[in-house]
Amino acid sequence: MRFLNRKAPPTLQPTGPLIVVDYPRLSPTGIATNTTLVIVGVAFALPLLWLVLAAVDKNADWSIRLPNLTIENFRAVLTAHGLQPFVNSLYLALVTTVVATGLALLSAYTLSRRHVPGKRTVMLLVLFASGLPVTMMLVPIYQIYATLHWLDSRFTTSLFLAASALPFAIWLLKNYIDAVPMELEEAAGIEGAGTLRVLLHVVLPLVLPGLAVAAVFNFISAWGAFVVPLVLDANPDDQPGTVAIYQFLGSHGYIQFGQLAAFSLLFSLPVVVLYLLIARIFRGGFAFGGGVRG
Amino acid sequence: MGSDTRFQLGHRQDKPRFELSSAALLALPGGFLFFLFVGPIVYALFLGFTNLQLIGPHAQRWWFTGLANPTRLMHDTVFFTSVKLTLIFVVGSGMVGQTLVGLALALLMRRSLMPIRLSVGVLVVAAWVIPEVTAAFVWYAFSQAGGTLGILTRSPHTNFLFSAPMTTVSVANLWRGTAFSMLVFSAALRNIPSEVLEAADVEGASRFRRLWSITLPLLGPTLVTNLLLVTILNLSDFTLIYTLTQGGPGNSTMTLPVYIYQEAFNYYELGYGTTISLVLILIGAALSLLFVRTSRSAA
Repeated sequence: MRFLNRKAPPTLQPTGPLIVVDYPRLSPTGIATNTTLVIVGVAFALPLLWLVLAAVDKNADWSIRLPNLTIENFRAVLTAHGLQPFVNSLYLALVTTVVATGLALLSAYTLSRRHVPGKRTVMLLVLFASGLPVTMMLVPIYQIYATLHWLDSRFTTSLFLAASALPFAIWLLKNYIDAVPMELEEAAGIEGAGTLRVLLHVVLPLVLPGLAVAAVFNFISAWGAFVVPLVLDANPDDQPGTVAIYQFLGSHGYIQFGQLAAFSLLFSLPVVVLYLLIARIFRGGFAFGGGVRG
Repeated sequence: MGSDTRFQLGHRQDKPRFELSSAALLALPGGFLFFLFVGPIVYALFLGFTNLQLIGPHAQRWWFTGLANPTRLMHDTVFFTSVKLTLIFVVGSGMVGQTLVGLALALLMRRSLMPIRLSVGVLVVAAWVIPEVTAAFVWYAFSQAGGTLGILTRSPHTNFLFSAPMTTVSVANLWRGTAFSMLVFSAALRNIPSEVLEAADVEGASRFRRLWSITLPLLGPTLVTNLLLVTILNLSDFTLIYTLTQGGPGNSTMTLPVYIYQEAFNYYELGYGTTISLVLILIGAALSLLFVRTSRSAA
C-alpha cells in the first residue's frame, strides 16, 4: 500500500495566482494605504490591549494603563474557580467535534462517492440547513430535552451542539472529498477491500486535511458555545468557560477585573492556538465563499 | 417493449445503483439530524401555537391555543421594536459595516508592506477567533465609564452601553465579525487573474478605474454570497448582545434572538417565545433559500 502515499492529498489552497502588481511602496498611495492599515490595526488592537494589560495588572480596573506587573491574577482565578470550567468546555468541544466530524465523514463520503437517489436535493437541503439560525430552535429543543429528561447533562448538550454543526460540516467535507481522485478507492475495491476498510485505510488518509478543517471548525464553535449550554445545562458543576465568564460579569457587584481578564485570556488561548496551527488549510477553507459557487 | 427487455435481461449493469451499504452509512447521520435538527423545527411549528410555560399554571397543563399567540404578536410593540433593532443590527453592522470594512481591508492588504499586512491580519482575525463571550467582555470593559473608549473620546464618565447602546453593540459586532468578510474577499481577490489587471494597466487605465471597472465587478458574485452569509450569521447573533446589555437598557438593544430568550426563559413564556422564534426561522429560511439559489451550481 506504499504507493498510496505518493499522491499528495489535494489541499484547499487558492488556485489562482497571487496578484503581484509592482507598485512603488513609497508612492503617496502606498503611504496612504499603509497608514490606513496601521490606523485600522490600532483600532482593532485597542480593545484587546486592555485585556492583556489588565490580566497582568495587580490593581486593574476599566482604564487602560501600564500594569503593576503580577501573575497573581492567573493564580487566584485558577485556585478560586479551579479548572472545572476548562474541563467542561473541553468535554463539550471534544464530544461535539468527534460526533459531528465522524457523522459528517460518513455522510459526506457516501454523498460524494455513491449513487444516492435525489443526491442533489439532499445536498441543497444540507446547505439550506447550515444557513438556518440554530439558536432559534432553542425553545423547542429545551422542551424536547425536558420531556426526555435530557436536561442538565454535558453529554446531551454536546449532542445538540453536534447536530447544529453537522450540516455545515457535511457540506465542507463533501466538497473536499469530491476533489479527491476516485481511482485509488476503485483500485482498493478491486483488490477486495470492504467499504469500511476503504473508508478507513484509503479515504481517511487522503481527506485528513479536510477532516482537520472540519474538526477544528467544530471545536472552535463548540468551545465558544454559550447559549446552548446556558439553556440546556443548568447544573453549576457543568458550567463551561463561556458561561463562567458571563456569570462573572453578570454578578454585577464587585468585579475582579484582573482575574476575569486573566481567565478570559486563558480561555481564549486554546482556540487561538488551534486556529494558528491550521490557518494555512483554513484560509483555503474560506474559498468556501467562492467554492460554493463551484 | 423496453420494460419487457429489462425484465428479461435483469438490471442494467452500467447504471449506478443505490447500494445497501450506502443506506447503512447514511442512516446514523440522517437519523441524528432528523431527531435533533428537523425535530425541533417541526416541534416549533406546534409549540408556537400553545400556551406552554416554563414555570406557572401552564407548565404542566398546556394546550393548543390556535391564533392566540400570533394575535398577541401583532399587538406586541416590543416585538416590532425588536424587528426594527434586528434590521438595524443586521444591515448596519453586518451587511454594510462588516462587508465594507472587510472588503476595504482585503483590497488595502494587497498593496501593503508585509509586516503591516501580517499584523493587521492577525489582529482582525484574533477578534473573530476568540470566543464570542470574551469579545463581549472586552467590549464591556472598553465602553465602561473610565474605559478606553471614554479616554479616547474625552468623556471618561460616560458608560457607552447606556448612552449609546445600539451603536456600541453594533460597533462591537463590526469589530468581531469583519474577519469573516475579509477572509472571503481576500480569497476571491487571489482568484482574479492578474492578466486582466495587467492588460488594463497597459491600456493606461488609472488605479481607480481598474478597481471600479475590473476588480469590483469581478467580485460581484462573492459580494452577493458574502452579504447573504453575513446576514445569516448576524441575524441569529445572541451571545454578544446578551452578554453586553441583555437587551437593555429599556429594550434599546432587544434584537429578536435576545427577545426570544427573554420571553422564553426570563418570563417563562415558552409557547410565545416559540412563536417569535418561528418568525426568525421563517426569515432565516428565506435567506438560506436565497443563498442556496445563488450557489446552486455547486451541488
